[in-house]
Amino acid sequence: MTTFFLKNKLAILLFILTFFNALLFAFAGEKKEIEPPPTGQNKIEIKEFNFYPQTITVKSGEKITWVNRDEEPHTVVSVDQKFKKSSALDTDQEFTITAGVPGTYTYFCSVHPKMTGTIIVEK
Amino acid sequence: MSDYISHDHEHDGIDRRGFLQCMAWAGTGLLWTVSGGVLASKTLAQIAKAGNALPTTSDLSFLQISDSHIGFSKEANKDVTETFKIALDRINAMATPPAFLIHTGDITQLSKPEEFDTFDQVLKGCRTKDVFFVPGEHDVLNDGGKLYRERYLKSVGARGAGWYSFNKNGIHFIALVNVLNLQAGGLGQLGDEQLEWLEADVKSLGADTPIVVFAHIPLWAVYPQWGWGTSDSERALGYLKRFGSVTVLNGHIHQVLQKVEGNVTFHSAMSTAFPQPAPGTAASPGPMKVPAEKLRSMLGLTSIQYKQGKTALAVVDSNLS
Repeated sequence: MTTFFLKNKLAILLFILTFFNALLFAFAGEKKEIEPPPTGQNKIEIKEFNFYPQTITVKSGEKITWVNRDEEPHTVVSVDQKFKKSSALDTDQEFTITAGVPGTYTYFCSVHPKMTGTIIVEK
Repeated sequence: MSDYISHDHEHDGIDRRGFLQCMAWAGTGLLWTVSGGVLASKTLAQIAKAGNALPTTSDLSFLQISDSHIGFSKEANKDVTETFKIALDRINAMATPPAFLIHTGDITQLSKPEEFDTFDQVLKGCRTKDVFFVPGEHDVLNDGGKLYRERYLKSVGARGAGWYSFNKNGIHFIALVNVLNLQAGGLGQLGDEQLEWLEADVKSLGADTPIVVFAHIPLWAVYPQWGWGTSDSERALGYLKRFGSVTVLNGHIHQVLQKVEGNVTFHSAMSTAFPQPAPGTAASPGPMKVPAEKLRSMLGLTSIQYKQGKTALAVVDSNLS
């Protein structure tokens, strides 16, 4: 029962996050008409051995940047090697990829594999 | 709370409460004696008072150092090279030098060649020259451990990702690698190839052969939520079940923790670089910042003594303060 509610909550949270993300892109889209597309808007912070946000939704062709805020090195490695892996990121170091083919991509830190995250790439 | 013994099932003068009290003292310098899987302990101060020096006639004494993290320079310890040097000074000052050292991983912070260089340079100052290594995840960050194996595992005939075994004074030592090819969402991992090798490695040994296993990540579930465990360690321990004395040494968690399960004693060592929080007591297992005057009391090394003909291995932790 608890698991069911937890899953439900997660689903709601995911939905809200996706909704706000979509909203963000809507604004970004409007902004695009007046100035060049902003870069680094899809930022994932690595903090306290977690990826924040844990799930991010982006459009194909957009950049995604991770920044390590821990004192511990972390990596970003795609499960099944769907995108290039980062080298070990020291404190405040960044790693950027460009979102490719639409789909759902899971990744993890190969140093601390308990740390996982998801990227949803839309058209 | 009085120090009476409420349950003495093993007739060894220690009950569960007594054991837990001893556990609370671990890290401040304790002599652990493991006999038939049962622990007894004395503080170093008690031993000194009684005029009993640490056993000097034992057939083998070796030392474990761990988690040097050369290259780390954050607030938790801005000079890890210096504290590593202090640890070596302690070894050099021992009345009976250890036969060899084992380093249970995380030599470096970022696997950089210059960090390994600094470590090697400082290690040259140690009187004990034989050192056996197993990698930590910080040593294999970008190249799957290639550089590490070239530097530290060539002379021991390591297989695969770097596992090997050797015999000293009738003890069979097994070095395992559980920091490579880790899977998303998982823990430390040994992998099928290494496990098959382990099974074959111990097959011809008599059950009375003392076994010492060393690996970086604990081979027991210390705190899986923080990744402090090894997913397939049960299988490894299954191959060692028939042996009368198994001692498993690890680093990784930067604190002294001990657990006894049947004939197996698990022991994790302090770091020479910085402490980490006790399981579940912080938001994450990152470096723990402590007042400067307290730091050296939370760093240390582990001495292990073995006397031939007995199943007892004495494991002594001492800090750097």
